[in-house]
Amino acid sequence: MSDLIQFALFLVLLLAVAVPLGWWCRGLMDGTWKIPGESWLFRLAGVDPGIGYDWRRYAMALLLFNGLGLVVIMGLLLCQGFLLGNPQQFPGTSWHLAFNTAVSFITNTNWQSYGGESTLSYLSQALGLAVQNFLSAATGIAVLAALARGFIGHGRDLGNPWIDLTRITIGLLLPLSLVFSLVLVWQGVPQTWDGYPVAHPLSVGEQTIAVGPAASQIAIKQLGTNGGGFFNVNSAHPFENPTPLSNLLQCLAILAIPAGLCLAWGGLVGDARHGRALLFTMTGLLVAGLLLAWWSEIQPVAGLAAIGADPVNMEGKEVRFGVGPSVTWLVATTAASNGSVNAMHGSMQPLTTMVAMANMQIGEVVFGGVGSGLYGLLLYALVAVFVAGLMVGRTPELLGKRIESREMQLVSIALLAPSATILLGTWLAIACADGRSSLANPGASGFSEALYALSSAAGNNGSAMAGLNANTPFWNVLLAVAMLIGRYAVLVPVLALAGSLAVKPRQTAGAGTLPTHGPLFILLVSSVVVLVGALTFLPALVLGPVVAHLGGMP
Amino acid sequence: MIRPCLILMLFFTVLTGVVYPVVVTVAAQTVFPDQANGSLIRDRGVIIGSQLIAQPAGDANWFQPRPSAVNWNAAASGASNLAPVAAPQREAWAESAKKLRASGVTGTLPADLVTASGSGLDPDLSPAGALAQVARIATARHLPEATVRALVERSVRPPQLGVLGAARVNVLELNRALTTLAGGGG
Repeated sequence: MSDLIQFALFLVLLLAVAVPLGWWCRGLMDGTWKIPGESWLFRLAGVDPGIGYDWRRYAMALLLFNGLGLVVIMGLLLCQGFLLGNPQQFPGTSWHLAFNTAVSFITNTNWQSYGGESTLSYLSQALGLAVQNFLSAATGIAVLAALARGFIGHGRDLGNPWIDLTRITIGLLLPLSLVFSLVLVWQGVPQTWDGYPVAHPLSVGEQTIAVGPAASQIAIKQLGTNGGGFFNVNSAHPFENPTPLSNLLQCLAILAIPAGLCLAWGGLVGDARHGRALLFTMTGLLVAGLLLAWWSEIQPVAGLAAIGADPVNMEGKEVRFGVGPSVTWLVATTAASNGSVNAMHGSMQPLTTMVAMANMQIGEVVFGGVGSGLYGLLLYALVAVFVAGLMVGRTPELLGKRIESREMQLVSIALLAPSATILLGTWLAIACADGRSSLANPGASGFSEALYALSSAAGNNGSAMAGLNANTPFWNVLLAVAMLIGRYAVLVPVLALAGSLAVKPRQTAGAGTLPTHGPLFILLVSSVVVLVGALTFLPALVLGPVVAHLGGMP
Repeated sequence: MIRPCLILMLFFTVLTGVVYPVVVTVAAQTVFPDQANGSLIRDRGVIIGSQLIAQPAGDANWFQPRPSAVNWNAAASGASNLAPVAAPQREAWAESAKKLRASGVTGTLPADLVTASGSGLDPDLSPAGALAQVARIATARHLPEATVRALVERSVRPPQLGVLGAARVNVLELNRALTTLAGGGG
């Protein structure tokens, strides 16, 4: 019962914060609000605010910017041993760990092959990882803004990526993170540049306690749906997530901006009802996943009952949260492309992990990553209106733009590339000895670890069934490639789609036009999401979590 | 396109990578210095631990924290990551149950005492997890069981704001209170 009250509270708060955030995001995306002094920065950077880019140049700018981020992080990680801000004197990382981590952060994935407090210097965390936490999040929102301009625009102009990135970072992410990090410190998250203190416990020995500038990084990690932890166990760590209140706020922060962006989107394309319909679609899918995962997780655990213990699955969970908030987090973090965890997914019940995997495999479109979740769901919306159009024999359209073969080709690429990567990547990992040797659990649970890892990487999520030892050359490279495909094989087609829509005239809605709001639209889009996901991934899910649940294999 | 790329990257690296964390650090160290440095607990100037971090289990005289997959190493957090349906997990649980039974815990074992925590550093126990240890500690410290039980019950923190999370007992606080109890009893 207490779990259900907490679920309800979470949903109410989420929808409540979506309204102001939607208004805020919209103001920055449509150019109503400018950053004081931005013209000075643009002059310095050689950006002409009057000039918009077509989709190719827009995409090229984002790729260049992310590519440069990759080089910076790799440089920092390889050389951290010779740099400042390294009180624990960690050496440079291996090339494959540096590559994996750099890709992970520029793609907004934040997969952790590294163990924060035992591998990375403060400088690497702050100057490399945290910077990309901001910029990769801003990249996602910028793409969404460009797509909106595609729907409302006439001509090739999709806006200026430099202006979008600047306004979103400085106008939205930075102020929110500043406030949120101080709230986190208040609850107990450390924020210091000193080295690790050594304690002399009451009972035995000594204890070195890892601290660091954690709060500033955790705030943006949640708000930007990044998810990369300061500490190895992420938000299960008592320093990273000290109290039930910090837990609720972090969990809200994961979904807050994506929820707000739905409403911002409605405003941008001039159809507020459409924005609300998208928000309700996401909320419905979230609640369905939450209830299924919760039901699965509260089932008594046979292995505990057998030894005379209370059969509540507390393995990998923290006492201060308990089962309900741990499941809420699992569903939220995989629905969004966040990937932070407050309990260990590998120790959850099999069907609970299936919900997490399904969330990621459908492309993280239930709220999803900032920007990327909504443009992902819009791809499904295009499929939905296309299918509906075929059924009644009319040319499908969305928001007054005709959807024709070029658009559907781009949608297909964006939907199929990550799915193919997940399935082929899992096959490769299971087929190779180098892949199998990293699995921690036997049988179906081990297969789930591999499937989960690929789903997480290609979905740009970053959570893991962490028994998998991913810090090997094979896994670091495989997952880095999956992350690159999962990010850019969606992002570039979406921009191409925006470019293709932008040059089309806007039709006025007629009697035969499918309304893009209301229950029919919500039902259609939700069904397409579930159908496409199920058709693609059910066989793989049956081999992993379903077999483990049925007890067919250990 | 190269110039805006380089200059904006430099600008944002300085802004979000240096200015932002420094501003947060200065503000945090000014307003919440205790939390910002790790909620450390000192006894006559010596750091004895952090209120938020579990400590290695001592002998029978002390309340034990939850099992830890990393031996309570506060510089390398970690979990077992074992699947609940897999054989290695069942064996690990059976092993912890055996230890608990050997230490004199009777009746249903509290789940949090058998299972390893997510961080390996969980500072809390469920009220049941603390109460299950009362008899052992009372015997080891030659204290009346009722006294120790009352101490545990006094130390239970209800769910935050009445609804969030679960009721819990902080083990380090409990153990510190235990020393005053023992001192008071002579």
